[in-house]
This record gives sequence, structure tokens and C-alpha cells, in this order.
Amino acid sequence: MEKYEEKELHLSAEPMKINLGPSHPAMHGTVRVVVHVDGEVIVRSDAQVGFLHRGFEKECENSTWNQVFPYTDRLNYASPLLNEIGYALAVEKLLGVEVTPRCKVLRTLLGELTRIQDHLVCLAAMSMELGAFTPFLYLVKTRDWIYLLLEKVTGQRVMHSFMRIGGMKYDVTEGFKDEVLELLPKVEVTIHDVESLLVKNRIFIDRTVNVGRMTAEDAVYYGWTGPCLRSTGVDYDVRKAQPYLAYGDVEFDVPVGTNGDNYDRFQVRCAEMRQSMRIIEQCFDMLPDGPVMLDLPDISLPEKDDTYTSIEGTIRHFMVVMKGGVVPAGEVYSCTEVANGELGFYLVSTGGGGPHKCRVRAPCFANTAALSEMIDGGFLADVVPTFGSINMIGGECDR
Amino acid sequence: MAVDKKPPEEGSILVTSIESAIAWARKFSLFQYPFVTACCAMEFMSAMGPMYDMARFGAEAPRWSPRQADIIWVVGTVTNRQAPILRRIYNQMGEPKWVMAFGTCASTGGFYDNYATLQGIDKIIPVDVYIPGCPPRPEQVLDALMLLQDRIQAEGSSRMRALKEMA
Amino acid sequence: MSKKAIRAVKKACKDAFIDSHAEHGDHTVIVKPEKLLEVVRFLHDDPDMDMKHFCDLTVVDWPEREERFEVVIHLHSLTRHHRIRVKASVAESDPVVPSITPLYKGANWFEREAFDMYGVKFEGHPDLRRILLWEEFEGHPLRKDYPKKRRQCPIPFREDHPDQPPPFRERP
Repeated sequence: MEKYEEKELHLSAEPMKINLGPSHPAMHGTVRVVVHVDGEVIVRSDAQVGFLHRGFEKECENSTWNQVFPYTDRLNYASPLLNEIGYALAVEKLLGVEVTPRCKVLRTLLGELTRIQDHLVCLAAMSMELGAFTPFLYLVKTRDWIYLLLEKVTGQRVMHSFMRIGGMKYDVTEGFKDEVLELLPKVEVTIHDVESLLVKNRIFIDRTVNVGRMTAEDAVYYGWTGPCLRSTGVDYDVRKAQPYLAYGDVEFDVPVGTNGDNYDRFQVRCAEMRQSMRIIEQCFDMLPDGPVMLDLPDISLPEKDDTYTSIEGTIRHFMVVMKGGVVPAGEVYSCTEVANGELGFYLVSTGGGGPHKCRVRAPCFANTAALSEMIDGGFLADVVPTFGSINMIGGECDR
Repeated sequence: MAVDKKPPEEGSILVTSIESAIAWARKFSLFQYPFVTACCAMEFMSAMGPMYDMARFGAEAPRWSPRQADIIWVVGTVTNRQAPILRRIYNQMGEPKWVMAFGTCASTGGFYDNYATLQGIDKIIPVDVYIPGCPPRPEQVLDALMLLQDRIQAEGSSRMRALKEMA
Repeated sequence: MSKKAIRAVKKACKDAFIDSHAEHGDHTVIVKPEKLLEVVRFLHDDPDMDMKHFCDLTVVDWPEREERFEVVIHLHSLTRHHRIRVKASVAESDPVVPSITPLYKGANWFEREAFDMYGVKFEGHPDLRRILLWEEFEGHPLRKDYPKKRRQCPIPFREDHPDQPPPFRERP
């Protein structure tokens, strides 16, 4: 073999522009990151979102108040029930009604179950993108158990459309309590297994510790919320700051990190799942009896028996379905803590059958906005774990 | 391939056409390219996961390059903004290739009937199997995969079929 | 607490203040659009307000009003736990409001989205371009006069696309 001249042995280090995405295998979700690299180091980057912009707001403006629920399901598709609860609470705030005590506790319970499910998905995707396939299989298996449970209650595996304005469609099934309490230890085992595989794993630590760091001050200015904000050390949780539903009555801790890096975000999510399990157990202890649905003649559908047997019921059913119910004119901002942070609904009503404006303040959108700042100056390979730990969900970010 | 149920005796031979032997080999080693965009990804993960285990059908190996893939799963809503990307990826795939439209959005646009969404991916690329459901259950996904396998055995790829018709 | 915020805004930014209300417990101030940055800066800087947490920025379209676009900003204080909503209306002929990106980095993407969806321009924004839609897209889809189903696909549909749905196939 001919001997190479020395200068040919060095790779050229001209700045280069590289496209990551929009259909990049190691990026769950559709985002395009245009990075300018100098060798392995990212000089500057531009994250482009919007590849899953499905016109959520336009669809809502052309729907009735009740028809919005299926669309909210598909915002953060990893935790649909939390989005539904957020929207239902916003409309209820606009109407000035409060749901029944049983419904409050059940919403809390189902919401926390969904939060566990969302964190499982996030950790699964993050670990798979780092090459750890075993945790992915463990976590997906556990998530499937939750799906089976929720399917029994709501009738659908993923997109439940279960909440209603003024309550929820059905009460939980018989034996639900036993099944959940049987499931929780299994979830605990999974979290433990995954942690024992990853937390002290040399490769995992090298890829995540001090990678994608964010300071608390910047995080606040970026409007970060949820596990990402808490990983930087700010203990802001809507459930604690403005308790809604039954969160004021249950005891739980808000886990916070110190460093604001990928490793901390992973740890915070693991700790949050444990807290969610604590909340679920307390909810079962305090679950009161009673109805789960309010009777709101203006907006909720009548009982099926009424619809079929009485003329008033038929007319009411017809009016709610065709005209969309009556919600007083006004504007309202209501926020809840979903798996990714503060999900706010800003609703404007003109007194018509549907919203004049249905704005979603998506936590992912604010979190992903900081992606460029987090990856600039780092290595190209670190884009993937950083992006994974933000847990950007396309449906919510792009709406 | 017509094979008798009884086990072949020692030294026996099997007669088949080369086309059907190739199709048989192809249908059990489908390398897939997941074009995962939206909500259906959740069910796609379940179908790939341990509970439903797509590996039983020889279709679990994901290829991270369209050039190495036989089958593209279009999982979730495809927006107008994504249409050029999807077509480009489809064009990059080598023959023979098959397309699965996973979920209602990929098949018809679903209930997103507005300015942003493409009303079904069959407007830009040919589709072999449509899977209904929002999102479809993993059982449905496996059923669709078996349907595709039957189709591969019977017909070959859509492109080959088109070439045959032209000839 | 937020009532105090409204009073403070009224006092500190007298010439910017137009109106205020507290519907459903959400405290709202309506200000002049050209003074928007001034009001937000007061809320950001004042130690009693301390609204460092950026929450939301959006636009509401009121086609029947003369000042058609209503820019709505939600801010939150992590230390004092209060929220405020700041609104400012601009006309369609000159839809320009000052950008609040010098104060809040997070407003960057939200303002780009508002520009994308409604065509409201933010003066002083470092990089005002479309975010959710592509550059060649014509119009602003969330305006009430944009038809819901006006589609603009960047590539032509395939030539052999059948008008009829594909025939139903029995399993072979």
C-alpha cells in the first residue's frame, strides 16, 4: 500500500451543515435540527418544529364544546387523559361549576395513572435512543399493562375520550381498585429494574451527566415547566402551587434535581412515578361514593333512558349535539400539571356553541424552544439524549 | 407454494417456481422503515413490544435507512409540510417495496380535515395495506402484516405488478 | 394579590393603561399596543411583581372589531405565585406590536407562532419567520377569514392517483 502523505491523514475540519430529521430514526417525533458542526462540535443549530401541525385550533373553532375532547386526546398522545382533564377543568371554570367529589378523586387517580404511563414512554424512548434496548422492552411491557387497565375502564386503549364537561362518562369498573393495587408493585419493580440497569451504568452516565445542561434562571425565562424545570432545581409544580381536583388533600413530594442535565431529568421522572403511585394509593383510601357526572342541562347530554323515552330528553339531546350547548361569553385561562409541565387552556367564548378561540399553552413547545441553546457547543451525538430527555411530543408541540 | 402437510420423506424433493420461492423468502424477512409521526406511534410501540411481538412475523428489524428497507410504515398523521419528505423517502427505497398506511390519518386524513393535513398518503405514494383505527389495535396491525405477507406471496410488489400490467 | 398587580400597573404605566377586569379570577389589564413592552418590563422588573416566568403568548382574531388582532400575554411569578394577563389590540392595516423577546427568551417561538398563524408582526424580534408552516405557505390560517379547508400541498399529487378509492380486496 502506498504511503499516505501526512496531511491526508487529518480529516478536514471545515464547518459543515448537517440535517438531523425530520424523519431521523433516533429522534422520536418529527423535528428537524439543522446543525452547523465543526468536526464533532456543534457551532450553532436551528431546531425546526411544525411537521405535525394538524390545525388543532382551527378544528376546535369549528367544533362544539363537547367535540373538542377527541382533539385534546391527541395533543400529548402519551398521556391523553391528563389533556382531557385539563380541557374539562377549563370549560368548567368558564361555566363556574365544580364536579362531584367522587369525580374529583377519580380524575386525580386516572390522571396519575396516565402520568406514570407518559413517563414510562419517555424513559423508554430515551433509553432506546441511547442504545439500551432492554429497558425499552421492560417499560413498554409495563405500559401495556396500564393500557389494558384503562381499556377496561374507558373502552379504548389509547385515545379514551372519557372525560366530559361536568364529570366523566362512566364510573370505574368493578374490581378496578384491586387491579390497580395489584399493578402498582409491578410498576415499582419495573422502575427498579430500569434504574438498576441505567443509573450506575458507565455508558449511560457518560452520555447524560453534564450533557444538555440548563440553568434555573434560563429555564424560567424560557417558560419551562414540569420535570424539565424541576430538574434544574426550581420546585414549581402546578399541583402544589394551585391545587386543583383532589391534589390539595393528598400528600406527595415534588422531586427536584440540582444540575438540570439529562441525567437529572431521567431521575426526576423516575421519582415522579413513585410519587404518582403514592397519590393513587391515597386516592383509593379517600374515594367517596356518589355520582361522577353533574347534570348540566345546557351542555351535558341527558341520560340515555331519558333520550329514548321522553320528549324533553330527546330535545335536549338534539340541542346539545346540534347547537353545542350554552357556555357564557368570557375568557378563561386554566392550567393543570401534565406529564411535561403546565398545560394551559386559554378559552374565549362568545356565548356560541363552540369556542371562539381554544388556545393550548403546550409545555413541550416552550421546552423545545430551548433545544438549540442546550446543544450548542456540545457534541453532535449528544443531540439525541438531550432531545429524548426533553420529551418533545409532536402532537402537543406542533398542535 | 403448495406443500403437503405431511413431513417430507428423506431424499424427497420439492418442486416450486422460482418466483414463489423468492416471494416466500421475502415475506418472512421484511426489513422495515418506521416513518413515525404521531399518535399511532404508541400502538406501534406496543406492536413491537414484548406483549404482541412483531418479531414472530420476521418483520421486527428496523432499518434506519430507507435504502435498506423493504416496507415503510407510515405511522400517524402526515401533514402537507411532510408530504415532500415522505415522497422522497419512498423514492429512496429500493425495489421491491411495500407501503403500510397505519391508522386512519395516514389512510384518509382522519378527523383532521383542514388546511394542514394531507388527506391520505395515497395521494402521493401508492399504498399496499390500509389499517383502520384511531389508533389501530396491535392485533389489527399484526392482521395487516399477515395480509401483506399473503399479498407478497400472491402478487409481488405493487411496482412489479404495475410493470406486469404494462407489459 | 393580582388585584394589587392591576393597581400597580395602573399607577406605574398611567398613559398605557386602558382597562382592566377580573373575570373568573383571571386578572387582566388591557393596554395600548405601543406601550406593551413598557408594561411587561414593569411587571418583569418590579420586585413586588417579579414576573420572571413566561407563560403564554397568543393572538385572538375578532374580525368584526376595528382593532382586529388582540395580542394576549400570560405571565406568572414563581416567587409570589400570581398570574396576570396583558392584552393589546392592533388593527389589520398595521399589525405591529413590540416584541418581548429582550425580556423573555421563551417568547421567541411563541411570537413566531403568532406571526405564522395571524400575521401579527413583532418589532424587535431577532428572527421573525414562520415556525409551524413552511415558508411558501400563503396566508395566515388561524385568521377567521381563512377557509378551514384551503389546502396548499407543496408537491403535486401522484399522477396515477385514482379518483375512486382502491377496490376492496378479499384475502387471497
